[in-house]
Amino acid sequence: MEQQFSSAQLGMWAFLLTEIMFFGGMFGAYTVYRSMYPGAFQSTTHYMNVTLGMANTLVLIASSLTMALAVRSAQVDNQKMLRLMIVLTLFFGFVFLGIKGYEYHEKWVEHLIPGPHFEYNVPNYAHQAQILFFLYFAMTGTHALHMVIGAGLLTYLLIKSYKGNFSSHYYTPVEIIGLYWHFVDIVWIFLFPLLYLIGAHLHA
Amino acid sequence: MTSHQVVPIKVYVAVWAALSILTMTTWQVALIDLGPFNIIAAITIAIIKMLLVVTIFMHVRQADSLTRLYVGAGFLWLIILLGILLCDYLSRSWLPGGQFWPSGPAMIVGG
Repeated sequence: MEQQFSSAQLGMWAFLLTEIMFFGGMFGAYTVYRSMYPGAFQSTTHYMNVTLGMANTLVLIASSLTMALAVRSAQVDNQKMLRLMIVLTLFFGFVFLGIKGYEYHEKWVEHLIPGPHFEYNVPNYAHQAQILFFLYFAMTGTHALHMVIGAGLLTYLLIKSYKGNFSSHYYTPVEIIGLYWHFVDIVWIFLFPLLYLIGAHLHA
Repeated sequence: MTSHQVVPIKVYVAVWAALSILTMTTWQVALIDLGPFNIIAAITIAIIKMLLVVTIFMHVRQADSLTRLYVGAGFLWLIILLGILLCDYLSRSWLPGGQFWPSGPAMIVGG
């Protein structure tokens, strides 16, 4: 059993490495374009909702805590706590997606979606700032997709836990899905300062 | 059975508190104009937060050595990806900050 647990953990990390490289490509694109157009990238912070970005970071960190506590509850065979922690993690996940959806709507209303209807107050930067907003939607969009998949996996865990499938002897799926959830949290930990705070000192 | 050691709740709560405080810190630091050190501060704080999540929430501290090797390899590969990418862009004077040769080609737009 112990070996099965370790193999599953290792396999999940192998998958997460492919995910690191997947997001790494977008972080690479971000790095190159930010060094190319530092002024335009800094000017976009004015159009980011830093308060909501902060709130979402805190929500996601809280969801990581409840996820870690869910794994711990399974380890100590506390079924009630396990279910409560999975439900709380799901709840924080949906709060995050709700706030993200609200922010997307704000961007839509303000014509900040890249494309023919993109409008920008600083004419010199209009083209270059569009690249940042493209990266913003690509990176937060892929991240949000991962959150949706994570919410599906948590629902699966919740159903399984009601059937009494997990105990201190077998909680591999809780651990593995936990790894995935924490990974998605780490991606956001990098996205928040890189997308929301680039030029914060200019608008302070 | 090292991977089945149960971490005390207070450790998890302490990590959560540290992550929340670091989030506030990264925001406050971003409001101060530190020139090129703004990005360095932001990335450093993000890396500290990542290490906290990876070692404690993701149990890498208790994982076996093969898993640790995988985790280390993942970040090494990411550094290779970003490092070689930047070597290319910085050394060709395509970026404003990367003019190693003053007489090099002017900024090439669109190839």
